[in-house]
Amino acid sequence: MTDPVLSVRDLTVAVDTQAGPKPLVSDLSFALHRGETLCIAGESGSGKSITSLAVMGLLPTGVNVASGAITLDGQELTKLPERRMRDIRGARIAMIFQEPMTSLNPVLTIGTQLAEAIRTHDPKADAKKQALDALRAVRLSQPERRMGQYPHELSGGMRQRVMIAMALALKPDVLIADEPTTALDVTVQREVLDLLRDLQRDTGTAIILITHDMGVVAEMADRVIVMQSGRMVETAPVAQIFDTPAQPYTRALLAAVPRMGDGGGAAPITADPIAQLQDVQVSYDIHGGLLGRTTHRVHAVEHVSFDILAGETFSLVGESGCGKSTIARAITGLVPHEGQITVAGHSVPHDGLSAGPGLRRDVQMVFQDPAAALNPRKKVGELVAEPLVIHRIGTASERRAHVRDLFNRVGLSADQIDRYPHEFSGGQRQRICIARALALQPKLIIADESVSALDVSVQARVLELLAELKAEFGISYLFISHDMAVVENISDRIAVMYLGQIVEMGTRAQIFGNPQHPYTRRLIESVPVPDPAFIRAPSPRMATEVPSPVWAVGSGPARVVLTDAGGGHLVAEAAATDDAAVS
Amino acid sequence: MTDTTPPDHAAPLAAPTERGAFARMLRRPLAVLGLALIVLIVGAAIAAPWLVSYPPDQQNFDGLTLEGAPMPPGGQWLMGTDLLGRDLFSRLLYGARTSLIIGIVANGIAVGLGTVVGLTAGWMRGWIGTVLMRFTDLMMAFPALLLAICLAAIFRPSLWIVALVIAMVNWVQTARVVYTETTALTERDFIAAERTLGASGARILWHHLLPHLWPTIIVWATLGISTTVLLEATLSYLGVGVQPPTPSWGNIIFENQTYFQSAPWLVFIPGAAILLLALAFNLVGDALREVLDPTQRGRR
Repeated sequence: MTDPVLSVRDLTVAVDTQAGPKPLVSDLSFALHRGETLCIAGESGSGKSITSLAVMGLLPTGVNVASGAITLDGQELTKLPERRMRDIRGARIAMIFQEPMTSLNPVLTIGTQLAEAIRTHDPKADAKKQALDALRAVRLSQPERRMGQYPHELSGGMRQRVMIAMALALKPDVLIADEPTTALDVTVQREVLDLLRDLQRDTGTAIILITHDMGVVAEMADRVIVMQSGRMVETAPVAQIFDTPAQPYTRALLAAVPRMGDGGGAAPITADPIAQLQDVQVSYDIHGGLLGRTTHRVHAVEHVSFDILAGETFSLVGESGCGKSTIARAITGLVPHEGQITVAGHSVPHDGLSAGPGLRRDVQMVFQDPAAALNPRKKVGELVAEPLVIHRIGTASERRAHVRDLFNRVGLSADQIDRYPHEFSGGQRQRICIARALALQPKLIIADESVSALDVSVQARVLELLAELKAEFGISYLFISHDMAVVENISDRIAVMYLGQIVEMGTRAQIFGNPQHPYTRRLIESVPVPDPAFIRAPSPRMATEVPSPVWAVGSGPARVVLTDAGGGHLVAEAAATDDAAVS
Repeated sequence: MTDTTPPDHAAPLAAPTERGAFARMLRRPLAVLGLALIVLIVGAAIAAPWLVSYPPDQQNFDGLTLEGAPMPPGGQWLMGTDLLGRDLFSRLLYGARTSLIIGIVANGIAVGLGTVVGLTAGWMRGWIGTVLMRFTDLMMAFPALLLAICLAAIFRPSLWIVALVIAMVNWVQTARVVYTETTALTERDFIAAERTLGASGARILWHHLLPHLWPTIIVWATLGISTTVLLEATLSYLGVGVQPPTPSWGNIIFENQTYFQSAPWLVFIPGAAILLLALAFNLVGDALREVLDPTQRGRR
């Protein structure tokens, strides 16, 4: 084998604390060869991002390389002064970050930013032309027009393509991609992964791909490093990691990955509906012109009707911007809507403000980001007791006892109730949110992407908890997610949303066993499969854009007509949707 | 992920550091220094009659040199005398009363008013918010000195007119900042979570918005002290503020600024007093901000 392009030997990175340096990464060694893709997999806090920042020489203040060597083509990087490191960064080692919006400067055009990146390292280059070539290489539609556009005019997937174009414009030896597709929708993720693989084949760039998603690992990696709390647990070729994992941690990580087809066949539930939505519409006005009149409208939710039965888990799936979270907010009475929503006998008022205490008791919501949904200045015990205080239930000591019970029920120690939210980990915080939602013994819990921000092993345990609570208290769930594998594992019935309308609805078996609508099929096919032996059918390489839900006043999207394909399996008539955009 | 929180369940957490905010503040040397300074200044202002040997507006016969120049600090005159032979130490202590009323009471009213307006506008939005914020803009555009002169022309100029003018002029900045922060906070998930629980508006405002605004309010309140003390001096200089011979730190400086080179102590000493007062409040405000923020605990 040839010499490695990048090698890391005994790398230890430590953060300065009052109690002396505390290692974040310890004794990490690996070698990366030309044309190879190395995946660093692990959960949050495992040190995978710190490793990549150490290679880039971009460690935050207070965090330093304590020992070890990072060598690029025979050149030692850890001792290099910042001036020399700048020449290497971007030109020889490039990096793509998770969040394409925050990595691009919002006040400069795409072309300016790309050209600037090129000119920094090669002042004599014809930067404009190279930039255009780079945009063509990442298969961005209408590259000439994109050069003059600003980041906010592009969608998330397009922005990530621009980031890749910027990273690869100077043909670096090593590309570090830190969770490059985590913030993207699954169909867009598929496109970006395909693109990375094609570009690597053409240029021979070595890629370090950092991810927590074992599906992405299986599809992309040649070799895998599994990390846990700053240490390498296991390293092996990808097939070996998945077929014969040597370490218990790797096995646990793989076991926690939700897989399609694990759902099994639960008996269909026949019960009375707990929530009924009839022809629900939500739209936001966009004001414009001199007088601030409404000129356009965002049709976030259009003519949506469905029932949630008592004791069932009803899932809404779709990509970002399809209106699934808006439906959740309409049911909880947070946004004004048209149409009829009834939950547990309470009619939800249309104005999005005046929902009464009865509705507030019976419907609870668990948000995506538990850190954002808990007031950081309140003790967690106060937060969990708050619903009881608001609804004037029990005395102070009864409430305290109830809170302790709830903490025990969701798997937290009751001794922790006097701590603040920031003292807990992500999974624990989500348990606190669940305890809070349970306090009023609701009939319906809306889980809006409630497990998306969690690590897979934590995710598996939170999903387990939700299932236990459902069996114990007979709660119904409205589960909102973009993750098809999770939805497949926990749902009784599923509705697929596209651009504010439901395009397919049915039981889990109907949706996953017999997907009818092209969009549903595409969603299911796009999910990365955590099996390196899986060979994906070749699909056309494309850069699709979801059409905008913004319409001028007086016009609107065509209404989707659902027809029964047998057994309550509702499918949109293909003609009614914009088929070209979907399939 | 740079997030180094331990995984689910594993919770080697620090022991809860639950103690009174005041007790925790006393563990910060700088905060103690600030508190001591404030106590010293307030105490001296209250105890002024017992601490000084001459009344503040008494023009002492031996307070001037034979040429009629003011006496430098030292000996009989602790801080020297001013141009009329008045004891500067005495004027400084009595002046502290005026300046403290302006810096704490007037400034406090201004910050309080600004918070109420900003919070109401940010929470209510709609036409109430628009009316309140446009009124704030209007006040911001209105020249403070003109307002003061108008008011002084209508009423008799006095300390309370000055306090009123300062309160009316200084609330606008606080209102603007609090409004912006409130609108950003109301978009946060935890406020939406409160609403889904059925929390009343008053509960959300009091328990969930106000605690997040404390840092901003404290910063504006401490920053306002030195500016308001100096604004009072400006107003007094124009003759619409505190009327002579009543001393205030600001008007001692303005009375004597032209003699800065021959009698520097007349400007330096009251200037230093304003600086110390502002510094003391800044130190305490800073400590208060950190002590009141639970997410800062254990980070230092």
